[in-house]
Amino acid sequence: MPFELETAVQPAGLRRVAIDPVSRVEGHGKVTILLDADDRVHQVRLHIVEFRGFEKFAQGRPFWELPVMVQRLCGICPVSHHLAAAKALDMIVGATRLTPTAEKIRRLMHYGQILQSHALHFFHLASPDLLFGFDSDVAKRNIVAVAAEYPDIARKGVLLRKFGQEVIRLTAGKRIHGTGAIPGGVNKALTRGERDALREDVYTMIGWSREAVTLVKRLHFANVSLYNSFGAFRSNLMSLVADDGALDFYHGALRARDAAGKLIFDHVDYRRYWEQITEEVKPWSYMKFPYLRALGPQTGWYKVGPLVRVQNCDHIPTPLADAARREFVDFGGGMPIHATLAYHWARMIEMLFAAEEIKALLHDEDLLGGDLVVTGERQRRGIGVIEAPRGTLIHHYRINADDQVMRANLIVSTTHNNQALNEAIRQVAKRYLDGRKLTEGLLNHIEVAIRAFDPCLSCATHALGQMPLAVELVDADGTCLDQLQRDGDGNVSQPGRA
Amino acid sequence: MTPPRVVILAWGNPSRGDDALGPEFLRRAETNLTLPRDGFAFVTDFQLQPEHATDLDGRELALFVDASSVLASPIAFTELKPQRDATFTTHGMSPAAVLATFGAAFGREPPPGFQLAISGVGFELGAPMSEEAGRHLDAALALFARLAATPSAAAWRQLAQSV
Repeated sequence: MPFELETAVQPAGLRRVAIDPVSRVEGHGKVTILLDADDRVHQVRLHIVEFRGFEKFAQGRPFWELPVMVQRLCGICPVSHHLAAAKALDMIVGATRLTPTAEKIRRLMHYGQILQSHALHFFHLASPDLLFGFDSDVAKRNIVAVAAEYPDIARKGVLLRKFGQEVIRLTAGKRIHGTGAIPGGVNKALTRGERDALREDVYTMIGWSREAVTLVKRLHFANVSLYNSFGAFRSNLMSLVADDGALDFYHGALRARDAAGKLIFDHVDYRRYWEQITEEVKPWSYMKFPYLRALGPQTGWYKVGPLVRVQNCDHIPTPLADAARREFVDFGGGMPIHATLAYHWARMIEMLFAAEEIKALLHDEDLLGGDLVVTGERQRRGIGVIEAPRGTLIHHYRINADDQVMRANLIVSTTHNNQALNEAIRQVAKRYLDGRKLTEGLLNHIEVAIRAFDPCLSCATHALGQMPLAVELVDADGTCLDQLQRDGDGNVSQPGRA
Repeated sequence: MTPPRVVILAWGNPSRGDDALGPEFLRRAETNLTLPRDGFAFVTDFQLQPEHATDLDGRELALFVDASSVLASPIAFTELKPQRDATFTTHGMSPAAVLATFGAAFGREPPPGFQLAISGVGFELGAPMSEEAGRHLDAALALFARLAATPSAAAWRQLAQSV
């Protein structure tokens, strides 16, 4: 049974609005909206061409290649794929418990990744919308415009990201295509000099992260009615939590709550994730729709990512971030916050946690240790789960007796959020679509909803000369009635109009 | 220590056919370089991001190299002007926007930036680089040899007009 506005009851005679970002040769997204003769919204669908071919690509390869190879899935969060694959391979080589040095180096790498990714998201992508407003001139809604009016914010955003990248470089060995995590451990620890260099800057990063939390909170409170309602929808929540219920991006067990915050399951061993989660295929989408088995596809879908994690955990194990979390939770008045734009607030709380956690790790002598790898009894199956910047990331491999990958199954954050993204856009379309013409205002609002999740676009090629966004208005017969196109420089053109 | 005067930033996904043009250009340019290495810095990545603005700091010239899916000729060499991007995703930014980000974040003009686009024809995951793209890469490397021999904005502008 389809969701409301997922499938029109009588699609004949409806017009189709297609919003088609083609910024990737492979992964791209498209929003289609079907209208009736009275311009009411009858159907809204988000299509993301998720590239599942990677699972085929991995077959037949030696398993030890995976942690490096999977980084080519995504240039935005390669470390998350690197570590999820390495965790899966820990199982395969029988490494049931890593050495303290290995686990802490991996954690440092991962928290560096969370910090840089969240900084990129907020300062580069989201802050222009939030600082200038959703209806502002498109030429303003970019980081350069932020820099012009808020130079301090832009500079801190660039340098926060740079710091995160430096943490990754020192722990993974290279800025990209890192090799730091290997089956059963890591291949290098930090030197004292490397650690001390990071220590020098980390306090500044914590300070800037605190300022970012204050900024995003101020923006939320400045327009609380809009922020609470824009693209809002209720759903189940799922994430990893640590054994003691703490927020943990690197390791833990699965916890799910319903929309009211009541536990659905808790402390579920992720190595048997398929007993709780399964995926539904829909004929209109390349991307699968995961749901909680116990509830079924109609009510069992859920969201993942920052908004979920800071509410699904019991506490954050660093003081500043936990204080920020408590304030956030109190804002919900005892109920989970489901506002799509609250993702930004939650994301900055997580960035602060990452900065504090990096500081704590940099004061741990285990980072300088020499005991890097363990092995044990070889297994044929490996499952690694991690909380990536956008949400829960699952890597699942089976290997044969020749150590070749026989089967790979990857459930990325954007797949978990597939239904949630669709719901957010449906809410926006219902509220802001007006009339029979495509408007830049509608485009802006849909983009704002998509940006809150920042879906992974199945990295990817990014060859020069591609157009970031195009909109088409098509009737039920496939005739294009109208077009709206955003070029790479931000200018909007209307090639279909006279 | 004085940073190298010229930075070459090339990007792309080496696993996706002709998208490997950028990283492969960088690898071969660095290997083939017969000039003193301390004058050149080589940076590669999957895609351009705001922090690449920091790679421009202290440089006198910047060369951005990427595959192009829309180029009519094998290569194109042009001068860039700092310019804003509009995007709905964090998945990459343009070279012109990196130049603009430098100016905004550092409060001064970025170094002169030039773009070397290399035409690609196929971008499938797991595919090798096409023969056609390989020929285009040779042309790009030949041009780079000339650029490296005359690392000044004036000389590069002249070349940009003649290529």
